[in-house]
Amino acid sequence: MTAETMTTTLPADRRARDRGRRPKAMLLWIAEHTVLCVLAVLFLFPVVFVLLTSLMSSSQTLTPSLWPNPFDWGNYVRAFTQAPLALWFGNSLLYAVLATVFMLVSSVPAAYALAKLRFRGSNVLFVAIIVAMLLPPQVTAVPIYVMWSQLGLTGTLWPLILPNLLGDAFSIFLMRQFFLTIPTEYADAARIDGNGEFGVLTRVIVPMAKPGIAAAAIFMFFNSWNDYFGPLLYTSENSAAWPVAYGLASFRSVHGTDWGITMAMTLIVTIPVVVVFFFAQRVFVEGITLTGVKG
Amino acid sequence: MTAPAIARGAAGRAVDTTRPRRRRTSLRRRLTIAAFIAPSVLGLVIFFAYPLLASIYYSFTNFNLVSAPQWIGLRNYTYLFTEDPLIVTATLNTLWFVAILVPVRIVTAMGVAGLLARAKRASGFWRTLFYLPALVPPVASVVAFVFLFNPGTGPVNQVLAFFGIKGPLWFNDPAWSKPSLLLLGVWVMGDLMIIFLASLLDVPADQYEAASLDGANGLQKLRYVTYPNLIPVLVFAVITGVIAALQYFTEAAVASSVASGQATVGGSAAQVIGYPSDSLLTYTQWLYERGFANFQLGYASAMAVVLFVVAGLFLVLLLGRVKAFTPEGAR
Repeated sequence: MTAETMTTTLPADRRARDRGRRPKAMLLWIAEHTVLCVLAVLFLFPVVFVLLTSLMSSSQTLTPSLWPNPFDWGNYVRAFTQAPLALWFGNSLLYAVLATVFMLVSSVPAAYALAKLRFRGSNVLFVAIIVAMLLPPQVTAVPIYVMWSQLGLTGTLWPLILPNLLGDAFSIFLMRQFFLTIPTEYADAARIDGNGEFGVLTRVIVPMAKPGIAAAAIFMFFNSWNDYFGPLLYTSENSAAWPVAYGLASFRSVHGTDWGITMAMTLIVTIPVVVVFFFAQRVFVEGITLTGVKG
Repeated sequence: MTAPAIARGAAGRAVDTTRPRRRRTSLRRRLTIAAFIAPSVLGLVIFFAYPLLASIYYSFTNFNLVSAPQWIGLRNYTYLFTEDPLIVTATLNTLWFVAILVPVRIVTAMGVAGLLARAKRASGFWRTLFYLPALVPPVASVVAFVFLFNPGTGPVNQVLAFFGIKGPLWFNDPAWSKPSLLLLGVWVMGDLMIIFLASLLDVPADQYEAASLDGANGLQKLRYVTYPNLIPVLVFAVITGVIAALQYFTEAAVASSVASGQATVGGSAAQVIGYPSDSLLTYTQWLYERGFANFQLGYASAMAVVLFVVAGLFLVLLLGRVKAFTPEGAR
């Protein structure tokens, strides 16, 4: 950590000194920050206007005015009364939390085996996991749908939750990458202390790999919370099983003109993701950069 | 009683002792490993290998979920390649996203990452700001964009009007619907941007210093130091981007149903899919429509097999580069 900061601050200091000497560098700095500020305004524009619209009365959203007059906080209440938002919210939580827990139970040991244990067929398994991770879900959708429909589970969220008990390719990949960075010596020491592989995993690897495991869990939570194709496939017929993201799209389609409520719902759907992100920022960003790129 | 035995066992493993003991420990190890990987192996078989083979089988059949699949040979494929009235539109729409959305997203993400890598002050603030849109659930961001780009009263056209520009119809005009989704795709480029940023910040500083000593100017440093260090990330971004674009579904489906103001996809809504004028009908939506709205599961399977072959070609490219994004390969 300290070594890293040193190497990154040294050139920065030098550049700062250069800036004082050369007006050309100063101009470049101003130009860069002008571009950044313009981009920042453009990127913030949607958020600001979604927020403003969510505070407008439904009649005002149909006029060209951009500023709420008067401020109407009622849309946030109406979102819950005009649609079964609480039920959809509950469905989303059930889906996201169970999917995440199931994934952890099944995928942590698999990731550990792939990262730290040598066994025949491990390369084949790893390649299969990468392929499964990157294959469009539509390719296998028909037979899997037939399977769940024969089990009578279509119209529920279980076809989206239960498969996580049998591992999730992306999570296994992500956690394997993280486990690889843990020195093998720690595991060896635990083995000499009399631990079996299960003990090594639970007493050494899991505590040391908390950030990597947390990143995979957050990814799983976000993906389930944001999922649209899955609920469309399995729950579209049964609105009592809709998660909130799917319900939001339907609400807007049916209640054509209620833009104020729709924007309030849009923000409500986003809030859990932003809250989780705020608490896990560092771990999450680490997880993203780790995903594909490097160790 | 157990402690010395285990100690001997552990030592035995380290120095590779007599055979019988080794076999015993390796059997236990094998059972543990088997228990660790069994769920995932089972998962890969049930949710990946079996459905893949079943898709190939169904693609040669007439299958509506109610009665058993009926073998019809290559008829699904000949229909797909010669008769399906919308397959060309759907394929071209998907290719539009592959050819335009992927490079534009990558270039934007890299540009922003480049700027952020140089902004030393308040870097955390800038990073969070440009990453935030990536957090918004896709359905929510599409709904928001359809509102923002609402031709009559939406803020975007209001602001454009302020500058004396008459805004287009955006999501309601077949010529502008895909560019509207492109803008959305650029807005949520934060996940890519973070990857590029991390990679830019990781370029060893001494490489730039060496280049400076050799008298390289800024552009040459970009070409001979920055670019080579970015290649693995770039390969990863291109290939995963292309595969994501091939399955482009949620944004287009939600934009169609929300902009048209009619019932959702999946219900009785064949007229909504692809709104306006099939301009947002992508390959995977057409697959979904044929398979799960019209219950032509055999035909949908044939479409899935074709998608698998195309995506598979990109996967082969990726697996060829798999070393580029595993830790062993990176070092």
